[in-house]
Amino acid sequence: MSTASETPVVGLTHLGSEDTGLGNRGPESKAIVVPYGFWLFVLSDMVLFSTLFATYASLARATDGGPGPLQLFDRNLVAVETMALLLSSFVCGLAMIAAKRRNMLWTQGSLVVTGLLGLVFLFIELYEFAHMIGEGAGPQRSAFLSSFFTLVGCHGAHVTAGLLWLGTMMAQIWAKGFRQDIVRRLLCFSVFWHALDIIWVAIFTIVYLIGTLA
Amino acid sequence: MTEHEPELHNVAPGEPHDSMLSETISYVLGLGLALLLTGISFWVASTSVLWGPGVAVGLVVLAIAQMGVHLVFFLHITSGPDNTNNVLALAFGVLIVFLVMVGTIWIMAHLAANMGPTPEMTNIHLQH
Repeated sequence: MSTASETPVVGLTHLGSEDTGLGNRGPESKAIVVPYGFWLFVLSDMVLFSTLFATYASLARATDGGPGPLQLFDRNLVAVETMALLLSSFVCGLAMIAAKRRNMLWTQGSLVVTGLLGLVFLFIELYEFAHMIGEGAGPQRSAFLSSFFTLVGCHGAHVTAGLLWLGTMMAQIWAKGFRQDIVRRLLCFSVFWHALDIIWVAIFTIVYLIGTLA
Repeated sequence: MTEHEPELHNVAPGEPHDSMLSETISYVLGLGLALLLTGISFWVASTSVLWGPGVAVGLVVLAIAQMGVHLVFFLHITSGPDNTNNVLALAFGVLIVFLVMVGTIWIMAHLAANMGPTPEMTNIHLQH
C-alpha cells in the first residue's frame, strides 16, 4: 500500500486511496480509445444485422407462390463471392502489417488488391440482384424477397461504403504519410472490413446454404 | 495494489503484433482455417452422405467456428489480460445478437402456428 506522501495525488476522494476510477495512469491513449470506440460501433452494427437475420429467418418461407431460394440462388456464384471477400480480408491484414512498418509501396499495393477483390464481390452481388429483378423476383415480389434484398443489400451497402473509405485511406496515406491519426483510421477500416467478412459468413451459411438444402 | 505491479496495458482490436513473423503467421493460419471451414460448409451442404436433418445444425456450427477464426486470427481478439475490454464488449454484443435472433425466431414460429386459419374459421367464412 502506498501512502499519499509517495504518490502524486490526482483526483482523490480521501488520502491513501489510489482509486480515481481510471487506474493509476488515467485514461488510455487515443491509440486505444479510438479503435475501441469503433469496435463498439462494429458490434452495434452486428446487432443491426441480427435484426435483419431474424426478419429473414421469419419470412424465408413466405414466397407468396413466387420463386423460392432453390430457384433463385446459384451456389457457385456464392462460392466465388465468398472467396473474393475472404481473400480481400486477408490482404487487408497484409496491408496492416506493411503499414505498421511504414512501407508505402506494400501498403498501397495491398490496399489496391483489397479494393479490387472487394469490387469483384460487389459486382457479382449486383449481377445477382439484376438477374433476379430481371426474372421478376425483385424485392416487391414476396415477403421472402423483401427480407432477402434488405439483408444482403444492407451488407452490400456496407461493402460499398467500405470501398469508398478504402479509397479515402489510400489517398490520405499517400498525401499525409503514416501519421499517427492516419494509421489509427486505417486500423479502424481494417476492423470494419474484417467485420463485414464475419457477417458474410453468416449470410452465405443461413441464406445461401441452409436456404438451398434439398 | 502496489506501484510495483507490472503494468497491465490494453490493446486495440485488430492492432498488429510487434513481431512481423507472428503477425504474418496469424493471418496465414486464419486464411487457411477459414478456407477449410468454408470448403467443409459448401461440401456439407451439397453432399447426400450425411444425415439430412442434421445438416442445417452442422452448417450453423461451422459458421460460428469460422466467425471465431476471423475474430482470433484477423481481429486479434484473444483471452489475454490486455484484451479484456474487447472481449467484454464482444460478449455483450453476442448476447444481444443471440437474444434478438433466437427470441424473434421462437416467437414468430409460435405466432405463425397459432394464427394460421383453422378449418373452423374457414367454415364460418363459407357460412356467412
